[in-house]
Amino acid sequence: MPNNPETVLDARALDRTLRRMADQIVELNSGTDGLVLVGIQRRGVQLAERIVKIIAGAEGATIPCGALDITLYRDDLQTVGPRPVVGATHLPWTLDDQHVVIVDDVLYTGRTVRAALDELADFGRPARIALAVLIDRGGRELPIHADVVGRKVDVAPGKRVDVFIVELDGRDEVVIASRTSGE
Amino acid sequence: MAGSLGKDLLGLADLSAAQIRLVLDTAVPFREISERQIKKVPTLRGMTIVNLFFEPSTRTRISFEFAEKRLSADTVNVAVAGSSVSKGETLVDTARNLEAMKIDMVVVRHPASGAARFLAERIESNVINAGDGTHEHPTQGLLDLLTLRDKFGDLAGKRICICGDVLHSRVARSNIWGLTKLGAEVGVCGPRSLLPNAIGEMGVTVFDRIEDAIQWADALNILRLQLERMQGGYIPSLREYNRVFGVTRARLEAAPRDLLILHPGPMNRGVEIDSDVADGPHSVILNQVTNGVAVRMAVLYLLAGGRPELAEAAKRGPA
Repeated sequence: MPNNPETVLDARALDRTLRRMADQIVELNSGTDGLVLVGIQRRGVQLAERIVKIIAGAEGATIPCGALDITLYRDDLQTVGPRPVVGATHLPWTLDDQHVVIVDDVLYTGRTVRAALDELADFGRPARIALAVLIDRGGRELPIHADVVGRKVDVAPGKRVDVFIVELDGRDEVVIASRTSGE
Repeated sequence: MAGSLGKDLLGLADLSAAQIRLVLDTAVPFREISERQIKKVPTLRGMTIVNLFFEPSTRTRISFEFAEKRLSADTVNVAVAGSSVSKGETLVDTARNLEAMKIDMVVVRHPASGAARFLAERIESNVINAGDGTHEHPTQGLLDLLTLRDKFGDLAGKRICICGDVLHSRVARSNIWGLTKLGAEVGVCGPRSLLPNAIGEMGVTVFDRIEDAIQWADALNILRLQLERMQGGYIPSLREYNRVFGVTRARLEAAPRDLLILHPGPMNRGVEIDSDVADGPHSVILNQVTNGVAVRMAVLYLLAGGRPELAEAAKRGPA
């Protein structure tokens, strides 16, 4: 391989990071009452499910965990050529007056979160919406910040952060790769 | 290219199996939007869609309109009665006049086979065929495929029999193309006067007796006897048609397995289908209607992508 991807988190570090994020989410909410986690398709969904499991183990509380696909709320639909495949949105409960935490893998321009906020507004009026991301790579194009950050890394615009998770990729790892390598 | 449908949706004969699967896969998440309290997403905001119907239609037009509105498109309905169409304007002139008002898509239904293609070759806007003569009705075919796939999973090797007035049916043609491409076995059953002469060339099994079709099939797609297209003696009488070809509970009870029952509507109860079959436990007729909106949303969404003029507008507009 011409330029080796640089590992940001290996499997154990990723697990540790998620545990810390779970603690911070519970602290931010002062407990688990009214807490709802919403993962963004795709990898945010699996990360949210893991955080819910960790919280269940530590606090003995089962927190509702939903999935949000923001494809239909994107601001670049007409420009992205071949249609991105639309994933499932699963939010079967009311979000009114709940404390919603959006979970995503990488926070970059903030446009995905902007779309997620728009979509959540169509599902109800939460008391509060917070944002938890595994990786904050900087480079925001909108006034959006994360409340809970797993790892902050400075990544040059030409590089890409790849999050691999067991559920979809067969392994847990976060790497920084050059834009052309890989997928 | 599997990733897109191109400019128009004219018929399932033109699509690859991969393209058909893309539409069906895309339709599944769209179903959830119609379950929401706010049944709307902003995806096609700013797009104008004209529903140009030269033939009466309730279900298909409403279904398209719901699909368009749930994707936030602006819609205009043009029906023949009371429009300049009834003053002798040609199809192309009507469409060009609409285009001069800056539209993005046309959903067209027309009594002439090939009308949708004729239009698509002459205007810039995306064209969706909502039924052209006795040729094709692709979104109906797609929603039938989705309904069957919901129940059967993979359609490969499944036996679907299309019953009744195949001769006048664009639904039958779209079904035969779509089902064959997804690997299903297709049968047709009806009086020979209502089957096209060359039906064997479409790679289907022909049944003269409904009892034999029921023995063979996993699902029946029962077509409407198109009374309005029956100028002159295709069948002796509706009563006799029901006696010989009607799908009744008694006939279905003789089947070796439970048959899934589809009907594109509107039904002639007591003619091609009996009420206790239409309302029976294996009827998926209302699932078809629900799937119709989702499939049409998927088609609109897929056709809207990758168009240069929209890309430019997106660049100009706010993020």
